[in-house]
Amino acid sequence: MSATAFGWLILLFPLAGSILIGLGHRRWPAKTAGWIGTAAIGLAFAAAIGAFLSLLGEPAEERQLTSSAWDYATSVGLDIQLGILVDPLSVVMCLVVTGVSTLIHLYSTAYMVSDKGYARFFSYLNFFVFSMLLLVLAGNFVLLIVGWAFVGFASYALISFWYRRGTATAAGMKAFVINVVGDIGLVLAAFLIFREVGAFEYLTVFEESREHFETNEGSIVAICLLLLVGAFAKSAQIPFHTWLPDAMEGPTPVSALIHAATMVTAGVYLIARAHPLFELAPTAADIAAFVGLATLIVAATIALVVTDLKRIIAYSTMSQIGYMIVGVSIGAYTAGIFHLMTHAFFKALLFMAAGSVIGAMAGNQNIDRMSGFRRAMPFTSLALIVGGLALAGFPLMSGFFSKDEILVFAAERGGMYWIFAIGGYAAAFLTAFYAFRIGFRVVLGEPCEEAKEVERGGLAHGEHENPATGEKEDTEVGFPGSEHHIAERAPGMKIAMGVLAMLSIVAGFIQLPGVTAGMEHFLEGSFEESELFHIVPSEGSAYTGLLIGGLMAFAGIGVAYLVYVARPGLTGRLRSRMEGVHGFLQRKWYFDEAIDFLVYRPAIKLGQFSNNVIERVVVDGIVSVTAGAVREAGLLVRGAQSGFVRAYALLVLGGFAALALYFLVVSS
Amino acid sequence: MAVEWYLVLSALLFATGAAGVLLRRSPLVVLLCLELMLNAGNLALLAFARSTGTEDGHVFALVVIVVAACEVVVGLGLIVAMFRRRLPLNVDELRGLKG
Repeated sequence: MSATAFGWLILLFPLAGSILIGLGHRRWPAKTAGWIGTAAIGLAFAAAIGAFLSLLGEPAEERQLTSSAWDYATSVGLDIQLGILVDPLSVVMCLVVTGVSTLIHLYSTAYMVSDKGYARFFSYLNFFVFSMLLLVLAGNFVLLIVGWAFVGFASYALISFWYRRGTATAAGMKAFVINVVGDIGLVLAAFLIFREVGAFEYLTVFEESREHFETNEGSIVAICLLLLVGAFAKSAQIPFHTWLPDAMEGPTPVSALIHAATMVTAGVYLIARAHPLFELAPTAADIAAFVGLATLIVAATIALVVTDLKRIIAYSTMSQIGYMIVGVSIGAYTAGIFHLMTHAFFKALLFMAAGSVIGAMAGNQNIDRMSGFRRAMPFTSLALIVGGLALAGFPLMSGFFSKDEILVFAAERGGMYWIFAIGGYAAAFLTAFYAFRIGFRVVLGEPCEEAKEVERGGLAHGEHENPATGEKEDTEVGFPGSEHHIAERAPGMKIAMGVLAMLSIVAGFIQLPGVTAGMEHFLEGSFEESELFHIVPSEGSAYTGLLIGGLMAFAGIGVAYLVYVARPGLTGRLRSRMEGVHGFLQRKWYFDEAIDFLVYRPAIKLGQFSNNVIERVVVDGIVSVTAGAVREAGLLVRGAQSGFVRAYALLVLGGFAALALYFLVVSS
Repeated sequence: MAVEWYLVLSALLFATGAAGVLLRRSPLVVLLCLELMLNAGNLALLAFARSTGTEDGHVFALVVIVVAACEVVVGLGLIVAMFRRRLPLNVDELRGLKG
């Protein structure tokens, strides 16, 4: 079978799964939804492997295959197809998306089992995977926009999954609105591309634009900046990042799948996909890199003070995506996609472990309340530590190789790009610190009440309350159901976490500098014409970078050990010493307030102004003046309508007589 | 005979009709006077047709006769309807269209 046939199959299975679950859930027993969902994504993963193998069978320069199912529209110069592009980049993305999704579906079959919306959950989840794969496999900008918008909707549906929880629906709306801002950027970029190049297919656009545009020409920079608006909104980069922490209102598997492993990496994929455009607009690429750098540092600092377990991981996600954005923007495509993959593994693992801990805490997400789970939940603790080590870039873990490759590449390009290397390594220290802030807090220390309860063989049953506001909530709609589940007692969760833990440890070895470079060889098919792709840091600098990265990880973990384990009172003293900084970070750099002040308030003001002035005065004024004028004119002429038929007859005759006289005078 | 005589007769007929339309109040008489005006027109058309020796005037006159017949049908119908509903048969009192 050809690679494109596999590509269509990858899309078909999740869509079929979503529809099947959506239609059949009333007739079949509830459990089947989970198995259908998991099997559908598993089959998609198998198809992705098929596509991968069949691409490997082709020579490297013939690994960009397109296929079109039908034409949406063909008319004067416009040709929009339902077409897919199967090339190394999209296949790597498909493998990551379907692989991680399969495991998360498996995890969800156990985690969500008590939820009344079990079937709805899997239908949404399958639809999300379909949308994400559509986004990845799309062969032109139009289909990309379709996938992009579908993903936004699926994210909204899943964040607001527990729809009786007010904070969840509000978070869903926030995510949706910010995503739509991104969609607008993407649509405008597509319009501009069509106006300039006259095509929508990726390969045609990239081919043509090399001849059509000068480097850094105004229009190509505008296209790239508009693409970046879309990328930043989806990937939660400054200033469009505020939806991601709030999105943690969704069920934990959703956070693991959408808001860590797949959807939020769409922006990274977009920049990598459109790299020929970004290489023609180095200014836009540099802006993207700086935004990525700012995000990775800002998010890492916020992660130091947030106390909600899932939100710490969410900020960590933002920060790690900042690394990827820096990577693909400065031309480290292999490293960026490589980090995307390893991050998907260890971040999904961290979220799954967090879900297990939250299960044991009866829904409480505050890490100040958690401690000493090492004996109660050894497996979850191990997963948390493995995920934390990979996130921190501990030597030989997957995150160690991928993160440092980006930073070494930045140093290799030299000049201004040194900033990214320095900032990246500084943030790596913070990353290691907050990763083990979670790890040490949750795993070590005196067991808390809930941990003791688990050790006794029970499970804490707290009041069902909103972790964000403390409000009581009804359990009619989930909040993972009336019962919680922990990995130790649910084989499905355990298997999923075990596989991801293994991947988090070993995935780094497919791209060892100068040794395997498997990722680089495979991706060459998508990036062969790129000059930046062929910059490879020397082995010496690569290993120096790894050394620095390892030291940063050790330093961060060491300081975290010092602060949270060796001298337990230190955090309180530090907090009181640096009240201002702590408050500033706790308010998340005041981004929500700034957006409120700069966007929300002016929008409300504009609305009030429109209502009071434009609507009431201008529009209503025009309408009433027109009506008045018509009425006055009517009063003027109504006297002529006497109703005397003979008077009308006289006017007709008189008029004709006057006309006749006029023509007589004129003709004589 | 010269065409002028016919035209003078036509003009006289037309003036008579017009005066009748303007001065009389009975709808029946107004209708008769309208017929008179139409036939004055017909007379002029035929006179010109004879004097130039073409058929166009004849054709027009035939069309006018058809129109006149239709007009009589509608007009008489209206008058009969007014009579049946016992409305006043006086054009000055039919003032429903007063603005």
